[in-house]
Amino acid sequence: MDLSRRTVLQAAASAGTAGLIASGAALLGRPALARPAQALRPPGAIAEEHFLGACLRCGLCVRDCPPGNLKLSTWGAGMARDVAIGTPYFEARQIPCEMCESIPCVKACPTGALDHSLTDINRARMGVAVLVDQENCLNFLGLRCDVCYRVCPVIDKAITLEKVSNPRSDRHAMLLPTVHAQDCTGCGKCEKSCVLERSAIKVLPLEIARGELGHHYRKGWEPGSRAGRPSFDLPVQRVPGQPVPGDLAPLRSGRPPYDPEAAASANAARASR
Amino acid sequence: MNAASIANRSLGAAPTPAAPGQAAGREAVRVKGWWRANRFLVLRRLAQASVFAAFLLGPWAGIWIVKGNLSASLTLDVLPLTDPFVLAQVLATRHLPETRALIGAAVVIAFYALVGGRVFCSWVCPLNVVTDAAAWARRRLRIGTGRVPRGTLRYWLAGAVLVASAITGQAVWEFVNPVSMTQRALIFGGALAWGAAAAVFLFDLLVAPRGWCGHVCPVGATYALIGHCSVLRVAASHSSRCNDCADCYAVCPEPQVIVGPLKGKGGAGPVITDRACTNCGRCIDVCSTDVFTFTHRLQTTRD
Repeated sequence: MDLSRRTVLQAAASAGTAGLIASGAALLGRPALARPAQALRPPGAIAEEHFLGACLRCGLCVRDCPPGNLKLSTWGAGMARDVAIGTPYFEARQIPCEMCESIPCVKACPTGALDHSLTDINRARMGVAVLVDQENCLNFLGLRCDVCYRVCPVIDKAITLEKVSNPRSDRHAMLLPTVHAQDCTGCGKCEKSCVLERSAIKVLPLEIARGELGHHYRKGWEPGSRAGRPSFDLPVQRVPGQPVPGDLAPLRSGRPPYDPEAAASANAARASR
Repeated sequence: MNAASIANRSLGAAPTPAAPGQAAGREAVRVKGWWRANRFLVLRRLAQASVFAAFLLGPWAGIWIVKGNLSASLTLDVLPLTDPFVLAQVLATRHLPETRALIGAAVVIAFYALVGGRVFCSWVCPLNVVTDAAAWARRRLRIGTGRVPRGTLRYWLAGAVLVASAITGQAVWEFVNPVSMTQRALIFGGALAWGAAAAVFLFDLLVAPRGWCGHVCPVGATYALIGHCSVLRVAASHSSRCNDCADCYAVCPEPQVIVGPLKGKGGAGPVITDRACTNCGRCIDVCSTDVFTFTHRLQTTRD
C-alpha cells in the first residue's frame, strides 16, 4: 500500500471535504426536526427523531393509503416546506385518517418506520385532539353542535359530552366535548368536520399536546398503580362472632347485634326442654 | 502521443483544428449509420424512461406494476427492491428495518454485482440525463475550464455520510440527495425538488466537468463498490483498429478507465475492469472502427 506523504495528504484532503459536505447535509436536516404541529405522521410512526433515520422516503405507505390522505413532503408550498423532504405526512383538516382496520400503510412500510407491531388501529397515536379554542366552540357557546363528538370513530371514549350548567342562563345545560387522550387515536376526523371557519378542535402531536407526570407519582385510586409500593392489610375489627347480650356492635356477618326477643325465645325453648 | 495526452486534449479546452470531442460520434454516424452510432444511448434513454413509466402507470392509469420509488419499491406485490445506500444510512442510524427492506437490498446488490454496479448510474438514474446533458453542453459550448475534486472523494463522502447518520440518528444524505429527490419528483411530483437536478446541471456545466456522477455522488460510489467484480464489462477487444480519434475519451463519463485497456499499457488486458466504468456503452457507439464490445470480465484476447 502506497503511504507516501502525497497520497496521505490527498486522502486527508478528500476525507476533510467529504466530512464538510456530510456535516453540511446534516445541518440542512436540522430544521426538519421541527415538524409543523399540523403535519401528522401516519399510524404507527415511531418517534420523530428515530423516524427520520428509519424512513426510506419510498412512498409505499402513500400508495397504499385508500383515502389518499398521505403525502410525501416535497419542499413545496405551505406545510410541506417544513416537513423533512420525502417523508410521509397528512393534514387532518384536509383529509383525515380513515383508520382502516387492516392498516395498509403500516403493512406497506419496508423498514418499520411505521411500527409493524401496531395491529389494532384503535391503538394508533398519530396525535391527540385538543379543543384548543373554547371561546369559539359552538358547544361552549351553549349550542348543540356535537359534530366532533358524532364523527369520532371512538365515540364516547375518545370524546365525551360533559354536562355542565350554563352560567349565562342559569337554567340551561352546556354539553362540552371533552377529549380523553388515552383513547384518542389522532385520526383528525373531529378537526376535519368542525363546522367553524377554522377548526376549534385540532389534532396536535403528542409531545406538544400532552404533559408528562413525574414518574414517581402514583395514582393511589388506580389498582395498577399500587404495584411496587408497600400495601397494608386493612385493620381487622374485633367484632364478636356470636351475639352477646347487651352488645350494640354488629356481628362479623353483618347481622344486627343482640336481638333481645330472639334471645328470650331461645332461652324459653331451652328451659322448656 | 500517449493516451493520457489524448485524454487531456479531448477533455480540456480543445484547440483547433481537430477539436476532438465537439464532433464526437460524427465520424461514427458517417461510417456506421445513425442507429449503430447511437443505439446504446437510445437504449439507455428507453431503459430510464421505461423504469419511470412503470412507476407512473399506477398513479396515472391505475395499472400497478410497481409501487414506491427507487429508494424502495414493491413489484407486482412480490418483489421488494431497496436502494443499498439509502438502506445503509438507515442501518447506520442503528434502526433495524423489516426483513423486506433487507431482502430488497440483497436482490439489488446481487443484480448489480453481476451486470456492473454503475449500470444503475447510466441505465436507470434520472440524473444521468442531466449530467450527460451538461457534458454535451460543455462540448458544444467549448467550456474547457473547471476543477474537479479527486475521484476518490465519492467514497470518502459515502463513508462520511454513514458516520454522520450514525452520529445524528438521521438518514443524513436524504436531506440533500439529488438522485432520490429527482426520481421522487418524477414519481410523486414536487416542483421544487427539480432545483436539485438544476444545481447538479450547473455544477457539472460550470464548476466541475463530469463532476457530480464521477467525483461526488456517494450513491454512485456505493454502486461502484457493489459492481467491483461484475461479470458484464466493456472491452477494447479490437484495439488494433484504434485510429486515435479520441472520441471515446470525449464521451466517456469516466475517461480515465479507458486508457489502460485500450493502449495495453503495463500489460493491461483488453477488459475495462475499473469499477468506475458505468457500462453505458457510449464508447461502443461513437467508435467508428468498432474497437469496443460488451463482453465478460474474463476475456483476455484482443486483436
